[in-house]
Parts: sequence; structure tokens; C-alpha cells
Amino acid sequence: MAGIAGVAVPLVLLEALSRFEVLPSREFPPVSVWLLVLFQQLPAPSFWSNVLLTLEGWAAGLALAALIAVPSGIVIGSSRRAYQMLRLPIEFLRPIPSVALIPLAVLMFGTRFPNKLFLVTFACIWPLLFQAIYGVQDVDPVAVDTARAFGFGRLQRLALVVLPSATPYIATGLRLASSVALILAVTSELVVGVPGLGSAINIAASGGDFPLMYALIAVAGLLGVSLNSIFTQVEGRALRWHPSQRSEAAA
Amino acid sequence: MILTADHVAKAYGNGLGATLAIKDLSFEVRDREFFCIVGPSGCGKTTLLKCISGLLQVTSGEVLLDGRRVTAPPEQMAVVFQEYGRSLFPWMRVDQNVRFPLQRKRLPRDKVESLVSDALAAVGLSDFARHYPWQLSGGMQQRVAIARALAYEPEILVMDEPFASVDAQTRADLEDLLLSVWKRFHVTILFVTHDIDEAVYMGDRILVLTPRPTVLEQMVAVDLPRPRDQIKTKELPEFAHLRALVYRSIKKAPTAP
Amino acid sequence: MRRVRDLLLQLVVPAGILVGWGLWSAQAQNFFFPPLTDILASFRDNWLFARVSSDVVPSLERMLAGYAIAVVAGTVFGLLIGSFRIVRWAAGPPVEFLRAIPPPVLIPFAILTFGIGPQFKVFVIAAGCVWPVLLNAIDGVRGIDPTLQETARVYRIPRLRQLFSVVLPAASPRIFAGMRTALSLALILMVISEMEASTNGIGFFILQSQRSFAIPDMWSGMLLLGLLGFTLNAGFVELERRLLRWHRGAQASALEAAA
Repeated sequence: MAGIAGVAVPLVLLEALSRFEVLPSREFPPVSVWLLVLFQQLPAPSFWSNVLLTLEGWAAGLALAALIAVPSGIVIGSSRRAYQMLRLPIEFLRPIPSVALIPLAVLMFGTRFPNKLFLVTFACIWPLLFQAIYGVQDVDPVAVDTARAFGFGRLQRLALVVLPSATPYIATGLRLASSVALILAVTSELVVGVPGLGSAINIAASGGDFPLMYALIAVAGLLGVSLNSIFTQVEGRALRWHPSQRSEAAA
Repeated sequence: MILTADHVAKAYGNGLGATLAIKDLSFEVRDREFFCIVGPSGCGKTTLLKCISGLLQVTSGEVLLDGRRVTAPPEQMAVVFQEYGRSLFPWMRVDQNVRFPLQRKRLPRDKVESLVSDALAAVGLSDFARHYPWQLSGGMQQRVAIARALAYEPEILVMDEPFASVDAQTRADLEDLLLSVWKRFHVTILFVTHDIDEAVYMGDRILVLTPRPTVLEQMVAVDLPRPRDQIKTKELPEFAHLRALVYRSIKKAPTAP
Repeated sequence: MRRVRDLLLQLVVPAGILVGWGLWSAQAQNFFFPPLTDILASFRDNWLFARVSSDVVPSLERMLAGYAIAVVAGTVFGLLIGSFRIVRWAAGPPVEFLRAIPPPVLIPFAILTFGIGPQFKVFVIAAGCVWPVLLNAIDGVRGIDPTLQETARVYRIPRLRQLFSVVLPAASPRIFAGMRTALSLALILMVISEMEASTNGIGFFILQSQRSFAIPDMWSGMLLLGLLGFTLNAGFVELERRLLRWHRGAQASALEAAA
């Protein structure tokens, strides 16, 4: 009950503030107005194509990043020498904001889908890589030794002991990377103009259609919530058996 | 300073699913007494302690301190928990930990400082005032918790199995330390323990509890001479007799219906 | 001997990358990847120290202002939400929704509200960075050992005082974790908001360079951002290390006791 009140009360307040012109109603249209616009968008094919374009970038980038980062992370995490050799470069590259690459991406990939794919992938590699490395490094050495004592070879140990133990970390990495992916997808649309929700928001804003702008921002938020909850559930499943149950706030 | 429990009962939950932890308990702790409470595991010792210290509300009956009902932690009471590691604030040094409860009392600065240094001296930790708790051993950490309680100048000190988590050697030292501190500071001590030897060694009177739903099984008076000594007192035939008495009392207590 | 070998191992890859990049770019004649020497020259010309006051300082000012607001707001609200169940129930759904809005999406709204200037950038940075701090603060409060709280209660410490002298320090390790995440997010949002609408700043400079095809300049800006990100992170880690020394000590001894 309190939760619903938590949502309803601010919305009602905003509605009142706008209707009574406490906030100028051109820039801050009443909640009811842009909610209506949101519902009006639902049957429009252009709306859904924008949503799908954003999701397309999100999904493709996330998948590509996972394909690159997870195996690499497992290899690096498993080998002490590899980790030592690569630690400095990846620790240096990691804090580089992926958005710094936007101009380079524009030069190399233009202003369409490949640009978005590049940015999303680059940004998502880091959380996935580090989570995979930590996951492998955090395997209980006693478990590994037990498997070794029973005569399991290196590859078998990897598949039967290391990977299952690292899975919760990778699941967390997917959740973190998922929100990063959405941010970068939308950013490339906003800043570069690659088609999608972000560019639609920009167009609405510069065209003065503010109700539409708010409606689309809300849609982006809803998208974020849904994706986040999906991955949180996946992570919860993967973590169910794991003894280290810590609650992780999203990055 | 008298603590009274008057037909105290404590139940968890409501209606049919309620668990009765304490059924009916009445007793009185006299001024400056060393009062021990023992009982089998799961008899609600900790529940009783939380009711006495005002951390939990009783379901019926009342706890009185100097005639006034206890509904919240009383001003004149200090508590020492079993898990010393988790009751000391890790971001504060030893002296800061001891000083912390005093800040609320609005005493002049030099009075506070002398209380802190006296308390630390009483437990033998003057040299460790500027250490952090986690740099000390378990026994020393518990001594810090005791010092903190002493500096607070309570009239009654309530202790929940405070020496259960330290090794036997340290435990003997801590027991003797507590006895000397009790004499010096003229406090009343309410001491909960599962260790029968400890209760007989330290106490003036021992309250033996039954398992849940808990009632009073027996009140045992300990007539051993003071000051107590780890070797001499425990060699006395009276000690063995009391010990056996308490042990039988605990064993005899019927298990829950 | 082993330490020397470890050190060499750690340096061999970065050195190799730099040398390889330098050699390749010098002969590649690739427009997008000018010779490393050109980039370094451009870096020296731009950032040592010609453009520091015109671009670096404004960028950092915005970033730090937004970050500071986010840290204070996130900590205060996190403490409140974490401590009181009613507040948690009420705040739950709106927080879940608002935090999932990708911060860049708020830029058009921010420009609308604050106009094109430093304020909208500070707003976007604050609006994005508050969530990691807030969520970690809530987790930090929820995770406080009940024995600590019972201790504060038996010594009759007033509730408000408890918030500052017990809850806040106890939750500070988690809050610091959130602050670290928020720091890299602050850098990102600063760059994005400058690329979107600005007249100065590092992000603006990089985009302008790209648009006017001043490629070595563009790369020099990217290099600067990388250095900034690295330095800020390293600085924060060091600060955290000092302030949270007590936490590491306590954890270490707790692990020993459990063993």
C-alpha cells in the first residue's frame, strides 16, 4: 500500500503543480497529458520500431560483449601468469569512459547501427570481463583440490568445478552489463543520432513536443526496469545455491 | 538498588502459533549482589535478559528497577553481550569505545576522562587505549566491553554469557577480574551463564531455570567464603556439593510438555 | 629475483602495446589512426597546459559539483530509507523506476529546465550518480550488525545521534563502494552532457575535433580522458584505503576468528 502511495502521491503532486502553473505547463506538461500521449503511442508502428531499434543495439552489443569477455575472463582468471601480464593494461583501460570513443566511433562506423553496436559492446566488455575473472579466482581452492585428488584433468575441473562456481559472478556481470548496455545504446542515439528511442526523444524535444518527450523518457525508464528485473531474477536463480549471498546494488 | 521480576511472562507471536518462552518467573535481585542465572540450552535465558534490560517488552507481569517499571533500557543499567566482537564499534579506538556512552551524560570533560582511564586501568588495558578493538584478542575485547560498562557508572550490570566465547584459560582470568571489579565498584551484577562451575564460583545466589516454557526451578544460595580463589575455593567440599546440586537441578527439570 | 620477474611480466604487455601501436601507426597512413608521435605532440600542445583552464577546469568543476550533490543526497536519503521501514515501503517503487532511467535520456529534459549552461550538466551528473550511492547506503544500513544496534540502545543513545555516530560509520564501507561506482559514472555523464550541448569542456573539445577532422587533437582528448579516469579512480582507492583502514582490520580479524 505504501508503495503505491509512494508512486501516486508524487505523480498527483506534479499534476497539480503543472495544472496550477506553479511549474510552467509548456515545459512541464501535466502528468495526465503525457501519460495520454504515451498510450496514444502504443498502437503507432514508429514507436515500436524505435523501441525495437534500441533493444536491438542493447541485445546485440550485450551478446557480443559476453562472447568476447566471458571466455577471455575465464582464461585470464585461470592462469596466474596471464592475469599478471594483463592486469595493468586492463586496469588502465577500464576507467576510460566508453563515451570518449564516441567521436572515433562516428569516424569509423558512421552514424548508424554499427556505431551503436561498437559503443555498447566496448562498454559491456569490462564489467563482464572483470566479473568472469573474479568468479574464476574466487573458486574455493579446497573444491578444486578435491577434484584434483579424484583424478580430474584440467579441462574437466574447469567445466565441473570452476564454471559452476563462477556462474553467479557471471550472472551479476550480466545484470551490471545490461544496464550499461541500455545507457550506451540510448547515448549513441541521443548524441550521434543513431535511430532509436534516444534520437526520438531528441527530435521530440527540439520540435517542442514536450509531452512526447516525457512519454518517451518514461518508456526508457520502463524498459530499464523490465530489463533490470529480468536479470535480477536470473541472477537470483544462479545465486540460489551459492554461499556468498550478498545483496549487490546495481552499478 | 533492587531489581524485581514479578510474574514475568514472554511469548513470541500471536494466537495459536504463539511460543511461550517464559511462562511465569518471579525473583528479586538484592543490592550489590552477584546474582547468577543458569539453565539448560533453549530455556530463554537470553529472552529473560532482554526483557530485564528493556530491549524486549514482557507479555505479562513486570520488571521493576527500584520500584519503577522497565519498558526501555533503564538509565542505571549497563549490559555486556556475549558477542564482544560485534558490540564494540570497529571504527573507534578502545578509549573512544569506552567513552562513547558517556557523551550522552553531559559530564565535565575531565570527569569523563578520569572515568575512562579508571575503567581501563581496572580491566588492565591502560596500555591499549589507543588500539583498535580488532587488534586485540577475544579476551581483551571483552575486557573493553566491561570497561565501557564500568565507565558508565551503572548501578546494575547485566551480563549475557560474557565469557562463553573465550578459551578456558582466559575465562578464569576474566572471572577473577570481574569479581575484583565487582568489589571495587560496588555494583550489582546479574550474570547469565550456561557454565555451572562459573555460576557457583562467582555467585551469591543462583537462579536455576527450567526449559521452555520457563519457570523457576530452584534458587540456590552459595555460602562459599569470599574472596573466591580459582584453586582454593574449588577444592572445598562445599563447592562440589553446590555444583552437584545445581547440576541435578538442571537435569531434573522436566523437558517441555 | 622473483619480484623482478613479476614486475617484468606486468610491464611486458603494456610496453608491447605502446611500441606496437607506435610502430604500426607511424607507417600505416590510416586517417583515423594517426602516428602515435603526432598524438603525443598534440597532447602536449593542448593539455600541457594551454587548454587546462579553458576546458579541463570547467569540466572538472561540473563533474565534482554533480558528484558532491549525488553523494550527499544519496547518503542522507539512503540512511533514512534504510533505517525506517515505512519510508522503505513508500520509496521502493519510485526508486526502482527512477533509477532505471538511463541518465543520458534526461538530458533533453535537463536542457529544457535549466537551459544550455553548466547547470543542466550538473543536474544530469547528480541525477545519474545518486543511485549507486543511495542503493549502497541502503544496503549498508540494512546490513548493520544487530548487536551494534542493541549496544547503542542499551546505552540509551538518542535515535538521531545513533544515525550519525553508529549507523553512518557502520554503513560507510558500502557507501564508499557506491561512491567509487558513482565516480566513474560522473566522468561518463560529464562527457556525454558536454558532447550534447556545450561551449567548452573536454567532451566538447573531442567532438569538435572530430567534426573538424582534427584527428590527432581528438585522440589527445581521448587520451586525457583515459588518464583522468585512471587518476581519479586511483586517487579514490587510496583515499578509501586510508579512511577505511579500520574496516579491513575488523574484517581480517573476523575471518581469523571464524577459521
